[in-house]
Amino acid sequence: MNLFLEAVQWLLDPANWAGPNALGLRILEHIGFSAVVVLVAAAIGIPAGTLIGHTGRGRGAIIAITGGARALPTLGLLTIFGLWLGIGLEAPFLALLVLALPPVLAGAYAGVESVDRATVGAARAIGLTERQILMGVELPLAAPVIIGGLRSAALQVISTATLAAYISDTGLGRPIFSGLKTQQYDMMLGGSILVALLALLVELCFQLVQSAAARRAEPHRTQTPASERITA
Amino acid sequence: MIEFDAVRKEYPDGTVAVERFSLAIPSHRVVALVGSSGSGKTTLLRMVNRMVDPTEGSVRIDDVDVRSMDRVRLRRSIGYVLQAGGLLPHRTVADNVATVPVLEGRGRRQARAEALGLLERVGLDTALADRYPAQLSGGQQQRVGVARALAADPNILLMDEPFGAVDPIVRDQLQQEMRALQADIGKTIVFVTHDIDEAFALGDEVVVLRTGAEVAQRGTPAEILANPADEFVASFVGAGTARRTLRIREVDGRDVVVDGDDRPTGVLER
Repeated sequence: MNLFLEAVQWLLDPANWAGPNALGLRILEHIGFSAVVVLVAAAIGIPAGTLIGHTGRGRGAIIAITGGARALPTLGLLTIFGLWLGIGLEAPFLALLVLALPPVLAGAYAGVESVDRATVGAARAIGLTERQILMGVELPLAAPVIIGGLRSAALQVISTATLAAYISDTGLGRPIFSGLKTQQYDMMLGGSILVALLALLVELCFQLVQSAAARRAEPHRTQTPASERITA
Repeated sequence: MIEFDAVRKEYPDGTVAVERFSLAIPSHRVVALVGSSGSGKTTLLRMVNRMVDPTEGSVRIDDVDVRSMDRVRLRRSIGYVLQAGGLLPHRTVADNVATVPVLEGRGRRQARAEALGLLERVGLDTALADRYPAQLSGGQQQRVGVARALAADPNILLMDEPFGAVDPIVRDQLQQEMRALQADIGKTIVFVTHDIDEAFALGDEVVVLRTGAEVAQRGTPAEILANPADEFVASFVGAGTARRTLRIREVDGRDVVVDGDDRPTGVLER
């Protein structure tokens, strides 16, 4: 408890929020770096997963990739990439990408695959193009699951991005690692608390987005009848 | 006119859905393809709008091979009604009905107005326009499916067991309404069902199919009832059963029609 109080004191100390080493800067680095990783994972994983879900081809590959990649220890990867690429953001970026890709890919694939095939068949039979089926039917109906995949990727990346400091001195891993090295445990715990808070915040944002997507995918569950709606 | 010319469908795994099938369907007529599962009837239906391409032979609409037409264009020019309507769950009833007109570039407002008209036409309250499919009963969803199929004013309607998912009372009602609607719009309708009564209720002509889409008999409902071609057709239509063998009994000076179990089914008007 004592240590926890010290950590809170450390967090509240204005000196830690000023200068070139300000915590605000670490937080921004942490968010920015995590966001880039998740965005790149989304840019690769969503199209790939969607395509596999839509065509039903490459299912085996996706199961192997998502299962296998999840078993890889990120710290080990980071070390290998670090030895290969040297100091800098490249190694942690790659290691985190390997961490983020499986949930994004699995979410996109599972989401699109779970859309009722009869609905898709009907859309095709009345004359929607494959593109229109994908954009107008499969993606909106799959959106809650796709966003669920992003959510889980984002959480893992935010909590694991502390490792970036191990090799490149970036983000909220810095107070954690320097605290460890210098036995300043208030600093170490303070940094961890910030990471946890950040993760909770991101979780909350994703929850909001996900339920908005669910309302669009299943509007009848939440819709008020027109007669009861207040007209603006 | 829709012509099936010696079509065959064999899947890569060797399954033959359709052995060899030929049929000409005249315009403005309702033709029911009836058979049990495995008879290839749905495969035949789906050949018309190129959801399935035949391995051999061809399907022609007004003398044009469908294979020479763009799939999407072709499908938009043909109304398609599926079991349970096949509606898009995340779009309102009005948006579902207006799907094809909007894709074809019709203005939203006009498409919506037309959709409301179509809903009335199939016997639905326009107050349902802003509901979602899951908020409707099975019969209502089915009607929306018919309205959507009519939205682009196609010459041809394909119906795949459209009234299979609703209870018998609603089905009777939908069949009656479909007859009234057809009397009005006169589309060329190809209709697939496993229910011989539905085929008789709606078809101007009925084609009874065996496994592999082999034609067991083709004729008007009356012709088939009068002279089933063989044992298979006879048992399929239930010839000889109590339901199909009606007799007249005189009751209080009127002719009451009774079935084989002496159950009255109606009164004969002369």
